[in-house]
Amino acid sequence: MGVSDARSGATVGTTGEPFVATTRLDRLVQMIRKYGINWARKYSLWPMPFGTACCAIELMATAASRFDVARFGAEAMRFSPRQSDVLICAGRVPIKLMPVLQRIYIQMTEPKWVISMGACASTGGVFNTYAVVQGIDQFIPVDVYVPGCPPRPEQLLEGIMAIQRIVEQEGVTRSVDRLGLKLTV
Amino acid sequence: MIREEPGGDRWTLNFGPQHPATHGTLHLKLVLDGERIVRCVPEIGYLHCGFEKLGEHLDYNQYVVVTDRMNYLSPAANNLAWHHACETLFGIDLTPRCKVLRTLYAELARVLDHYLSVGAAALDLGALTAFVYGFNEREIIYDLFEEACGARFTTSISRVGGLFRDIPPTWPAAVKANLPRIGDCIEELEKLLVSNRIFIERTKGIGVVSHDDAIDWSLTGPAARASGVKRDLRKDEPYLCFAPGWDGNGSSPVPFKVPIAQGGDCYARFLVRLEEMRQSLGIIRLLIDNIPPGPVNALPDEKLTLPDKREIYFSIEGLIHHFEMVMTNRGFTPPVGEAYGSMETANGELGYYIVSDGGRCAYRARCRPPSLMNYQAFSAMIEGHQISDIVAVLGSMNIIAGELDR
Amino acid sequence: MRNGVVADTAQQADQPVAVGRLQAKFGDIDFAPAELMSSDDKRRGQISVRVPVEKLEAVMRFLRDDRECAFDMLVDVTCIDYLDYPGATDRFGVTYSLLSLAHNRRLWVKCFVNDPDPEVPTMTGIWKGADWPEREVYDLFGVRFAGHPDLRRIMTWEGFGSHPLRKEYPLEGRGERENYPVFTRRSA
Repeated sequence: MGVSDARSGATVGTTGEPFVATTRLDRLVQMIRKYGINWARKYSLWPMPFGTACCAIELMATAASRFDVARFGAEAMRFSPRQSDVLICAGRVPIKLMPVLQRIYIQMTEPKWVISMGACASTGGVFNTYAVVQGIDQFIPVDVYVPGCPPRPEQLLEGIMAIQRIVEQEGVTRSVDRLGLKLTV
Repeated sequence: MIREEPGGDRWTLNFGPQHPATHGTLHLKLVLDGERIVRCVPEIGYLHCGFEKLGEHLDYNQYVVVTDRMNYLSPAANNLAWHHACETLFGIDLTPRCKVLRTLYAELARVLDHYLSVGAAALDLGALTAFVYGFNEREIIYDLFEEACGARFTTSISRVGGLFRDIPPTWPAAVKANLPRIGDCIEELEKLLVSNRIFIERTKGIGVVSHDDAIDWSLTGPAARASGVKRDLRKDEPYLCFAPGWDGNGSSPVPFKVPIAQGGDCYARFLVRLEEMRQSLGIIRLLIDNIPPGPVNALPDEKLTLPDKREIYFSIEGLIHHFEMVMTNRGFTPPVGEAYGSMETANGELGYYIVSDGGRCAYRARCRPPSLMNYQAFSAMIEGHQISDIVAVLGSMNIIAGELDR
Repeated sequence: MRNGVVADTAQQADQPVAVGRLQAKFGDIDFAPAELMSSDDKRRGQISVRVPVEKLEAVMRFLRDDRECAFDMLVDVTCIDYLDYPGATDRFGVTYSLLSLAHNRRLWVKCFVNDPDPEVPTMTGIWKGADWPEREVYDLFGVRFAGHPDLRRIMTWEGFGSHPLRKEYPLEGRGERENYPVFTRRSA
């Protein structure tokens, strides 16, 4: 089965061309996915905070009482990759830390998403130096980039909401890349 | 009775670099005998980003942006320390208004840092409430910084010879209005933790550093003062409003007390931090009503500080002055030589050793990080303790990976 | 050192005490005491001395143990690569920042070494706090410390290959930051 196109709401098939969901079974499965499983997933995204530097402090501020990420069901910061859904890479990642980040990414169980929080994680930020990876997406796949140095907590919450929009349109199995689809959010 | 075998039950455990309680990317290789630590080898450098190399490519005003990201719990303090070193290099004296504002920012930054370090130390021991309460007050201080310079977190608040900009006229009133609240939260933290039986059992007698060891290991800041080392740069090598005659009219330095403890354990460090917060609020209270009027930037004619935007847009001299500062083939012209400037930040003595070859960028910008020196002592402090004491000691030392690795 | 330009006369008077004691004890060394910033006429009160590498350990031990000097805290160990510096004769200036808590005085000791194989005796036997700063100087500059208990790289990793803070090493590196396996969604 395919993935819903954000604009038309139609189910997009493997060839990338939209087709109309014909059978009632198709529509039923789509409903169960959208209002059942994906609904539950998106409102209980447990982050894996891979906080390295200053963005980690803003991540903590997002989890604190003023900005309160608990409203999104994401206050359970599980430091174990096995128990989390979203890897929030907050802060600059030097190349010495890259093996650690990759190991954590591999250990996370499907379905998993990655938020690259901050300018340093997204592109290297201020640090165009010998040691800093110029964007973690060079080495691990990233779903949402949150710009800012550091991003305000509101921006991070917008990033989490973008992940929620992605989750909403997931298939039951993690099939986006394997089907070679371009996901529109 | 169990007799311990000579070899014991030795095994090696990796603690970090990704761990909830390692306050960032700290990696410890532990050789354990059951639960007891036989040897601990910290591995650092997981956040090494080449700050010092960057200092050779960014000029004296651009580098302040990078210093924000060193001790990211109190960014304003790093900015001020960097520019203190720059002004030592250039040989500039600041205006009284600038000194008062910088002192206020430094003390607010100290309160920010201690709230998070005490909160995180408590969080690692299981006291989540202290962390969340502390964060609430930090948000208030973030708002104050945002009003003063536009950024809540990475402030980049100082420039050579002055500040980024003058405070808005509502700022002193906003600070005064929020001070009681910030002070009350310190009392709440004290009530939650200081007489708490569990907290005391987990921190008293843990991670003891003797007075002589503290000096030998080059500890500074609350970690040293908790071992009885009587050293605080604000009293011993006074700067800003802590120096006598700071306003050029013979005024006395801002009075405050330096808390010294004798235990040298985690509990002592915690108490020293709480008391330092109270003293910082006292300094802010004394200064906030007496901000002297006048310019905030020193030596406007010597092309060290950017002119006012109205002058840049409406006069040719202002425009030229702006270009002299900002274009890459112009910029600063410091004297050739070296200088060291240090300030007492929340973690200890943060110093910058700047070597200048006369160009607009430093030839070498060395940062002397208090966390590096404090963390060296960690393996000696933790030997013989148990795994669960690691988090207590790490929390009490307040190791910031950004400053440690630069 | 006061924040400001003119040093207190009392401070100025007792700045050279350590230098005087050094010159009395080690008459054969030319310490060349000078202000760190000597190109303008403002006195900042920051004095540095030059020590040849073969006498370094004896001088440092004296500085710590002598009662008039009493530099009991080693604040920092760093290195400066004077390759492009105007008027420099030696390449690596290993700089020790010393602090005397009892007398509230500072002193900077510089020891110059050159390529190839720059080597300096370790200060870990005198001040335990020299441990990691010396490892950092080794890592970033390549200056070895003879007698250091654990001289290995600290900021970069084993196998990094270069010494990043040397002047000939470029800011963006030589490809170390890109040389790593890539994971995509299919592979992980």
